Amino acid sequence: MSIRENFTVPKRYNTIAFALMLLGVIAIIGLYLTTHGGGGTEEEKKIQDARFWASLLQNSVYFLLVVNASMFFICATTLAWGGWQMAFRRVPEAISAVVPVIGVLATAILLAIVYGGNDSIYHWTNAEHVKHDSILNYKKGFLNKGFFTVFTILTVVLWSALGWKMRQLSRSTDDNPFATKKEARKYIWNNTIWAALYMIVFALTVMSTLPWLWLMSIDAHWYSTMYSWYTFASTFVAGMALIALFVVYLKNNNYLEYANEEHLHDIGKFMFAFSVFWTYLWFSQFMLIWYANIPEETTYFKPRAQGPYSGLFWLMFIINFIAPFLILMRRGSKRNYGTVTLMALVIIFGHWLDLYQMVFPGPMTNKTTGETQVPMILWDLGVALGLAGLIMFLTGRALTKAPLLAKNHPFVKESLIHHT
Amino acid sequence: MGVKKFVVGNFYDEAILFPAVKKVRRAGYKIHDVYTPHPIHGLDHAMGLRDTSLHTAGFIYGIIGTATAVGFITWALAVDWPLNFGGKPFFSLPAWIPIAFELTVLFASVGMVLTFCYLCQLAPFVKKDHFNPRSTDDTFVMALECSDKTNDTELISFLQEAGAADVQIMHKETDWWWGRYGKETKRFEKQIPAQPVH
Repeated sequence: MSIRENFTVPKRYNTIAFALMLLGVIAIIGLYLTTHGGGGTEEEKKIQDARFWASLLQNSVYFLLVVNASMFFICATTLAWGGWQMAFRRVPEAISAVVPVIGVLATAILLAIVYGGNDSIYHWTNAEHVKHDSILNYKKGFLNKGFFTVFTILTVVLWSALGWKMRQLSRSTDDNPFATKKEARKYIWNNTIWAALYMIVFALTVMSTLPWLWLMSIDAHWYSTMYSWYTFASTFVAGMALIALFVVYLKNNNYLEYANEEHLHDIGKFMFAFSVFWTYLWFSQFMLIWYANIPEETTYFKPRAQGPYSGLFWLMFIINFIAPFLILMRRGSKRNYGTVTLMALVIIFGHWLDLYQMVFPGPMTNKTTGETQVPMILWDLGVALGLAGLIMFLTGRALTKAPLLAKNHPFVKESLIHHT
Repeated sequence: MGVKKFVVGNFYDEAILFPAVKKVRRAGYKIHDVYTPHPIHGLDHAMGLRDTSLHTAGFIYGIIGTATAVGFITWALAVDWPLNFGGKPFFSLPAWIPIAFELTVLFASVGMVLTFCYLCQLAPFVKKDHFNPRSTDDTFVMALECSDKTNDTELISFLQEAGAADVQIMHKETDWWWGRYGKETKRFEKQIPAQPVH
């Protein structure tokens, strides 16, 4: 049997992707129409407008971080001199090619929220409000429009540029095999340098400052030092699940001959391990606040764990921890294509719910009455499906651009004989 | 304590051992065990061993640990001697999770080590000897169990053909119990000297 080196996008694949995108557009329009033009007080109108933007914010930020996790995976394995992922490394590479597109979308949405004049999501954008609020006044050096804008754009540009460089490096070997060992060593060294650069940017953004700016500043009075790690764990496990989905899809269509259940087993281990890691952070963040019981800190968990969001909160805990923990624990289930696909979908949905309950309680709280509502989640799911279609389409297109195996990479053999 | 008879082949190379294991299994001989100086990937699969149930045991120990921790703290702090800690309810689960976690890990790890020792028949003061001491150093040793109907000479030549450098017939206890083998115990019935390696 000959090896199918290049992916060709089946017609049905793109039809589904476009149908999902259409669904997303319909959901956005529908959401806009239902949230605008209704009656109510000024405050209620503001909340309805914020509900629309919060949906776009949550979806774009979540999927941006998820596709970006692919490049993190590549760079982390590169820095660790890992070889096992070579058999399917072109898949996370293709997924990371989506970062610039969703990055631009997310940046546009974030800036529209910051400069849009509605301070229901980010109340630190209201200069009048900050003046009389000693906490926000104190945080002014970090939480201001200028810094937010510059840092957001800088981050997205750096992610895109460094990711592009890593993909270029990977593709540069396709047509020119290494003549000498020395050249190959130099190539590995080059890879290490660029992966390290990406990792520094990643550590300074996703693992620290960005979740503070984009998500934590929705509840601007509250803070948690664990928040960024928590966001990272959430999006990284979903990113691994996304890689697993594409690997399984390609395997089922007779691509990726060299990736087998040994590689899937290791992807499954990542999904399992980081689900547990996420739970560890989830619980640590909760327990310290629960123990100390300080009103400034418990305001965050009040609407989530005990308020109207408690249903989502505990559902998310079950499908993000108990389900992956018990189902992915067995060796057999990590090597089974069906189980891995199911769990990958569950994990992606579960962590989407996680970001949902991180974003929405803030803007959905009525400042005058103090009441918190839960919005109609189906609209947001529609938007999520639209972005999923976009990722599907762009990843499929990126997959066709290069052979599915970087056959001249020095570590390929290590991956072919990989055994867990 | 049953003493059984074994035909023991000694192999000098991993690359010879693998096909030999397959040949022996295909011929229908019963492999007692294969002893190697280092772990070999895929050998368990080639020998047709079932997956170990050590991890299942570990899972059960872990659950016992969780139950012990939660059960004991519940009894101590909510039933037997309720104390008010910062106005929290007597039964406050979040505070007990760290302890439950630690006890889960403790029970699972200690239990799995002990189970592993049991499965490998390892314990202090237990009778233990090698088919061939070189299996701890540089050779790969395959022990085949003999029944009444086994034709020794045929089996020996079969192993030699499969690539064994030397073959011995040995009697050995298969169970384990306290005690140690006397130094003078005669365990070699017949020893075929090593063949020159080709």
